[in-house]
Amino acid sequence: MQRTVFWLAGLMALPVAAEAKTEISWWHAMTGANAEVVTKIASDFNASQEDYEVKPVFKGTYPETLNAGIAAFRAGQAPDIIQVFDVGTGVMMGAQGAIKPVAEVLKEGGYDFDKSQYLPGIVGYYSTPEGEMLSFPYNSSSPILYYNKDIFEKAGLDVDNPPKTWAEVWAAARKIKESGAATCGYTSTWLTWIHTENFAAWNNVSWATNENGLAGTPELKIDGPLFVKHFQELADLAKEGVFVYGGRTSEAKQNFTSGECGILTESSGGLGDIVKSGMNYGIGQLPYDETAEGAPQNTTPGGASLWVMGGKSDETYKGVAAFFNYLSQTEVQQYLHEQSGYLPVTMAAYEATKASDFYQKNPGRETPILQMMGKPPTENSKGVRAPNLPQLRDIQNEEYEKMLAGQQDAATALKNAVERGNAAIKEAVGG
Amino acid sequence: MRRTVFPHKLLPWLLLAPQLAITLIFFYWPAGQAFRQSMLREDAFGLKSTFVGLANFRKVLGDPNYLNAVQVTAVFSALVALFAMAIALFLAVQAEKVIRGKGFYRTLMIWPYAVAPAIAGMLWLFMFNPSFGTLAWPLRQMGIHWNPLLDGDHAMILVVAAATWKQISYNFLFFVAGLQAIPRSLLEAAAIDGASRRHAFWTIVFPLLTPTTFFLLVVNTVYALFDTFGIIHAVTGGGPGKATETLVYKVYNDGFVNLIMGDSAAQSVILMIIVIALTAFQFRFIERRVHYG
Repeated sequence: MQRTVFWLAGLMALPVAAEAKTEISWWHAMTGANAEVVTKIASDFNASQEDYEVKPVFKGTYPETLNAGIAAFRAGQAPDIIQVFDVGTGVMMGAQGAIKPVAEVLKEGGYDFDKSQYLPGIVGYYSTPEGEMLSFPYNSSSPILYYNKDIFEKAGLDVDNPPKTWAEVWAAARKIKESGAATCGYTSTWLTWIHTENFAAWNNVSWATNENGLAGTPELKIDGPLFVKHFQELADLAKEGVFVYGGRTSEAKQNFTSGECGILTESSGGLGDIVKSGMNYGIGQLPYDETAEGAPQNTTPGGASLWVMGGKSDETYKGVAAFFNYLSQTEVQQYLHEQSGYLPVTMAAYEATKASDFYQKNPGRETPILQMMGKPPTENSKGVRAPNLPQLRDIQNEEYEKMLAGQQDAATALKNAVERGNAAIKEAVGG
Repeated sequence: MRRTVFPHKLLPWLLLAPQLAITLIFFYWPAGQAFRQSMLREDAFGLKSTFVGLANFRKVLGDPNYLNAVQVTAVFSALVALFAMAIALFLAVQAEKVIRGKGFYRTLMIWPYAVAPAIAGMLWLFMFNPSFGTLAWPLRQMGIHWNPLLDGDHAMILVVAAATWKQISYNFLFFVAGLQAIPRSLLEAAAIDGASRRHAFWTIVFPLLTPTTFFLLVVNTVYALFDTFGIIHAVTGGGPGKATETLVYKVYNDGFVNLIMGDSAAQSVILMIIVIALTAFQFRFIERRVHYG
């Protein structure tokens, strides 16, 4: 409430302040604990200098924000900065002329842009094949395993050792259900991002040809034997009622925080809400398949990055550069990392967090970083890219839902997802 | 009917101008844009576009998912229109019988109409969410494996229920008005002749209500086709699978999620043709049987 009053006061003061300050609009998709971080970062930046004023505007979910940005661009009303989720990266990269590369913005703003300051896995994902950084990695996350310690104890499971492989997860989940410790053993958000894209990287199997689309037009490979095995196991668990499906995005988080399910796989960015719920939780790394060679490999960055729209005034770009420079500062990154569970994007911030006793006090919080940085990435684990990734995920979700409802087996679901997905990619590239 | 004759030629146009302006800006202009877009193939940002003629239409009509959406829409609209009107008529007839507190009951009945579609959707979603829904739990206790997140039929029941619930108030209002317009003398005469209440309803009340029913049929069909987007978006998002993806939802999904503007625009144009055809059909054939008092 106080914040609203503050904002209203800010709006009323606008005509006076507008002359002096250059306004920078920032459209974002953060909710709950993460939205508070956005507000705080923006107001701290505004207080730190006199020339620019960053105005964060909440635009709905990730897809809604992207659509709002595109619609605004078409109408000539694009925001200055827009937060676009990982999946939209391919869409934005294809839109040269609509965007201005972040590396360019920073350089023109007079800031030394040194790529080696940033975490390589994250920056690599948001750069062109030639290495130019296109967008600013604001919130990078990695899927991890959360478990309810109270439920684990009731079920007679080891509270200090969360399951490491999928086979162990299935066993623990069955035990939770059978022992009556909870009605549901396991649930997961984002079956596409966690069980398909990261599953591939983490177990070092190919998601698609052409380095998962990073090197060219991809052709999906997700009907391989490891995927079929994994999804069939998931479908069987769903039939037994051990696995409960929550929805296509992060709905399943509620099934976990409400105490219905004992184990959850979710983005590390979901941590803020889990902490807020006050439950007795533990964190483990994302499970892998022990039959996969070389697993665990490394996970790929999810989350979102900030894109700068094209065609703005020099003054605006200077402000954006100043803001990004502010965002890269160690204290700001550390704050972001510790509050939200998202990863720090600079090496310095990671080192500083390590040097403090944060990871000792909060065991498991380093997990997503270690997962991503543990091994140098292979061609299966640098990330995935497609010109129409949102559409591919939709197709996969539809097929998975039919599978979980018992209408088709895993092999059929994945075969359909590949066939329909490849046809859609062809259409998107040809069109 | 008496004809009103204006002394000026200009005045009638002037009086019509606001309505014309609204129609032009909010209907003809966007409709024209949709036509143009439906013949183009464009990237999401509109940076490159090629004229492709009717290729988008061919593609859309040959897409099995589109045919699925047609089916879903037909089932959804028929169910919503049927239930919303039947329940509203039943309630209106019952409300007529109430002697005390008529206004109070009516107000309560009309209330849901003020609820925005998305909020109505959220209400039903919360009540029937398989994990925390207050009404999903008793369903499960009764041995029904309720799960609209995965079972397409359950999802359909849920969106039909939400859409129906929201439309009942509107229909109720019109049926109440319609019932009040029926001359008492007819009903009294029937009663004297020994007709049962039921008999009187089907032979006198219902036929006399046909203008209202017909009007509501048109309104409800259009409502089910277009105004239910918010409910579907909030409750199921078109899923599971494509079990609740109606034509309007597919337009949104292809255009704004998948960013295929050409396909989406072609679908809007087809939708426009369907609505024009449907309305024309209803007026041409069903209206003939309507008895205007």
